[in-house]
Amino acid sequence: MTSAELQRRMAEVWDNLPGWGQLAAVNHTSIGRRFMVTGAIFFLIGGVMAMLIRTQLALPNQDIVPADVYSQLFTMHGTVMMFLFAIPILEGLAIYMIPKLIGARDLAFPRISSLGYYCYLFGGIIIMSSLFFGIAPDSGWFMYTPLSSAEFSPGPGSDFWLLGITFVEISAMAAGVELTVSILRTRAPGMTLSKMPIFCWYILAMALMIVFGFPPLILGSVLLELERAAGMPFFEVAGGGDPILWQHLFWLFGHPEVYIIFLPAAAVISTIIPVFSKRPIIGYKWIVLSVILTAFISFGIWVHHMFTVGIPALAQAFFSVATMLVAIPTAIQIFAWLATLWMGRPSYNLPMLWVFGFLIVFVCGGLTGVMLALVPFNWQVHDTHFVVAHLHYVLIGGMVYPLIAGIYYWLPQFSGRMPSLRLGRWGFWLTFIGMNTTFFMMHLTGLLGMPRRVFTYESGLGWDGLNLLSSVGGFIMTLGIGLVLLDILLHFKFGKKAEPNPWQADTLEWATGTPPVSYNFTSIPTVNSRHPLWDDPSLLTSIGDGEHGLTEIRHGRRELFGTEVMSGKLKAIFHIPTHSWWPLLSSLGLALVCVSLLVRFYPLAIVGCVLAAIFLLRWSWENGAHPAMAPPTDYDDNEAPLHSRTHDGPGLWGMIITLLADGALYMSLLFGWLYLWMVAPEWSMPDTSPLSLPLLFTAGALLTILVVFYHLQIKQLKAGNVRGLERNLGLLGIVGVVHTAVLVTLTAGAPLDLQGSAHDAVIFVMLAYLIFHSGLGAILTVMQALRVRLGYVGKQFPYEPIVLRPWWTYTLGVFWCSVASFVLLPMVWGS
Amino acid sequence: MRLYDSSLAKIFCAASILLLTGCSGPFSTLDPAGPSAQMVKVLWYAMFGFSVVVSLLLFVWWWRAMHRDGGDEPQERAQNTLKHWVWLGGIGLPTISMTLLLAFGIPFGHRMLPHDDPNAVRIEVTAHQWFWRVKYPEQGIELIDDIVIPVNTPIDFHLTSEDVIHSFWVPRLGGKLDAIPGRTNVLRLQADEIDTFRGTCAEYCGTAHAFMQFELRAVSMEDFQQWLAENGATESTAEVHDD
Repeated sequence: MTSAELQRRMAEVWDNLPGWGQLAAVNHTSIGRRFMVTGAIFFLIGGVMAMLIRTQLALPNQDIVPADVYSQLFTMHGTVMMFLFAIPILEGLAIYMIPKLIGARDLAFPRISSLGYYCYLFGGIIIMSSLFFGIAPDSGWFMYTPLSSAEFSPGPGSDFWLLGITFVEISAMAAGVELTVSILRTRAPGMTLSKMPIFCWYILAMALMIVFGFPPLILGSVLLELERAAGMPFFEVAGGGDPILWQHLFWLFGHPEVYIIFLPAAAVISTIIPVFSKRPIIGYKWIVLSVILTAFISFGIWVHHMFTVGIPALAQAFFSVATMLVAIPTAIQIFAWLATLWMGRPSYNLPMLWVFGFLIVFVCGGLTGVMLALVPFNWQVHDTHFVVAHLHYVLIGGMVYPLIAGIYYWLPQFSGRMPSLRLGRWGFWLTFIGMNTTFFMMHLTGLLGMPRRVFTYESGLGWDGLNLLSSVGGFIMTLGIGLVLLDILLHFKFGKKAEPNPWQADTLEWATGTPPVSYNFTSIPTVNSRHPLWDDPSLLTSIGDGEHGLTEIRHGRRELFGTEVMSGKLKAIFHIPTHSWWPLLSSLGLALVCVSLLVRFYPLAIVGCVLAAIFLLRWSWENGAHPAMAPPTDYDDNEAPLHSRTHDGPGLWGMIITLLADGALYMSLLFGWLYLWMVAPEWSMPDTSPLSLPLLFTAGALLTILVVFYHLQIKQLKAGNVRGLERNLGLLGIVGVVHTAVLVTLTAGAPLDLQGSAHDAVIFVMLAYLIFHSGLGAILTVMQALRVRLGYVGKQFPYEPIVLRPWWTYTLGVFWCSVASFVLLPMVWGS
Repeated sequence: MRLYDSSLAKIFCAASILLLTGCSGPFSTLDPAGPSAQMVKVLWYAMFGFSVVVSLLLFVWWWRAMHRDGGDEPQERAQNTLKHWVWLGGIGLPTISMTLLLAFGIPFGHRMLPHDDPNAVRIEVTAHQWFWRVKYPEQGIELIDDIVIPVNTPIDFHLTSEDVIHSFWVPRLGGKLDAIPGRTNVLRLQADEIDTFRGTCAEYCGTAHAFMQFELRAVSMEDFQQWLAENGATESTAEVHDD
């Protein structure tokens, strides 16, 4: 086959459907672009809200924006910028870049990318619609209870936030799981972990942080929504709850989130600096170490947002020190960047201008961060404009600047054209000057005692001039951002055509074509270097000529190389799905659930749940040897076996990473339980458990038997023995159904006072969690039995039941853990 | 490059604005009138000075790096240089700074805590949307948005809330502490001069948050005793809001 013919056939398999079919696209390039464009639009919306805020605060005693609108504005500004701009746009960048950097054609779970995008889009639209109706959430972007609870926020504003954000978070979780698995398992052959582009290390850390960091907020949001909608008093003192629990759950997420935003941005910096210094980054290992350290430390410092809550002094000192420790990995990275510049031959151009801006602004923000970590100082400036200044320095400096640097850097890769230097420079300087004018002043306004979130202030407090300057600066910054956007928009039409690899970069994304082809690489090279394009510039042409691996396309499947985690040795070929409507349909089902919960029309919510479940299960049906996925063909590749013919594959990894996230959710629930038990002022616990112990242990016995037999069955399957496989899986499924039914009976029969007792409400949530896991496991097991009958699973295709095994193991684990901590522990310890 | 000079100039400019603008104001943390606020002011100027030095050093270093031709330093030697930088700058500098910071910060923070003090005056403050109910439990005095305290005497404010979370803050006297439903936090403050101070709610608590302010009058001990005697006899002088 000639290379042109090969490329034509690749495109046939990989290109999106035309017209409306674009909605069924799952390709990471398309999805990544959509994430970024949508994120940019939300950024502009958030920016407009900021302008309104600055207009109102420009002069004292103004009433351009009334107090209730103002509170919606600052709440939505924070919410939009954090949840609808910063995280999704960086996820988008990662989704777009990662496969190209590691030499893969797509992410491991393309349909999940698409689902994530739609959940983000629909969730974002739902949240924004509240502003349109004038009923937006208005208790601040961290939604402190009890201000956000039903008594003090009776309108639907908080519900929009809780339901909408949880919906959007599905996309973050999806990205977290699939980026982790893709980076670990789909790198080009030969690319060991230590030969990965440094960018991938950052994204790996970010993805794992999402996996562990988002579940606490998801749990918190679910609990708060249950409190608002069903009166379960998790955060209400009178019922035995505690409003501070919300703060813990929120910041358990909220602080890692800051680094979830910062790490990908730092990844851009670490990618750009070596390219423009014309030398490899110095201190690759130091940087990797710092990234890992940052990720770890960031989970131990959430309490620094809560120093004024009245937490014991010793705990405050601990979290203060932990917070300051973050300075070490950050400083190491700064010195590694500095050294790379110092010992390289730096050249100037737009991306580097933004890198320079990043350094100045981020260092200032970092220094005020260390100050804020000092508890006595924090007591003074907490909740003032000093904190507003600090967080905008770190977020704009640490995220927006690198993001724009990255956009300029990869612009030729996105579009095949170069940006305009002149317009870009104006854009930078206006943004830089405007941003510093706005936020530098706020440090002073804060020190002079101006609290955050006040919609107006009286004259003569020393705040007038500073506020006016901040507002003027804000408008200058807007102008700058406007010019940057104009530059980017204009370049699509007027930019001069980019040469291949215009910056002489070292990484593989520049070998995917400018702009890239839908399949990225016509052939997948073996990578033996951290800088493939520097060490072998001929890759720029030889990849497209089909001189490397994975060029069999006659079977019409989309395929990736599946490699080993550490060594990057080729192990299997991952067949991945082509375009699909299921993600769109599933997310529409979920959107229906979200909207009907918002309007409190519960029958419709149930319909939505059922629809979403049907679509999701139908989606899972198209796997393995199903005709729509990878049925046996005459054209199997000879380089490695297809993963559904082996015992290991992306799905198994996806399952395990998902269960890690699930475990984090469960740990948050356990934390909430113990926290309320120990701390809540009016907590009360009955002397005997409200649950029927015989039923509970019957359920446990059934589950244990099920899981033991499931394991035995898998052992046989792995040994190639499939006798009775269909019958056994069917039987195990039925045991699962019976076990679930016992759990449901137990829950229905328990005398739980859900509205009067936080204790009972937590028990209920725990039971619901168990029922969900057991029920879903049972359904999936029955489906496996059916798939054996249809020939999608069997001796030749043993993969899927193996994927399901960790789910059952996990379900068993949480069951007994729950029995121990929610039932037995209180019996032993008493109330 | 000219670009960089102007940005450095900007930072100097910004820094000098700080020194030039007055630091006074009824809510200014930089115009302390009590020991806690005084300590924070010292901390602030020390940290600010230190930060200016560190950031300027870094910026100059970075500027030099951008304008220097590093030649073809072999990767191995470069790694070696970096190792020194990392140990000195990446690990050493933050560690030393942190140690210094904590060496001052922890004792300062400790001194602000409400340790047992027989002279301490107890005042109970209950936050509501959107006012402060102030009680002198021994004398049975109740005030709204108004507090009278004796000068040079430690005061323990026992803070709680009837509804949402608020935060009690008198910037010229010291740090803030949250008023949280279901629990009581104790904030120790002391005024070193006879004056009227202004306080405010610092935690967003609803639409009238911006107006949830109060006055704190520090008077001499004799005046305070007299005030207690005059007001304590009658049940309550101030008009009490009914919620």
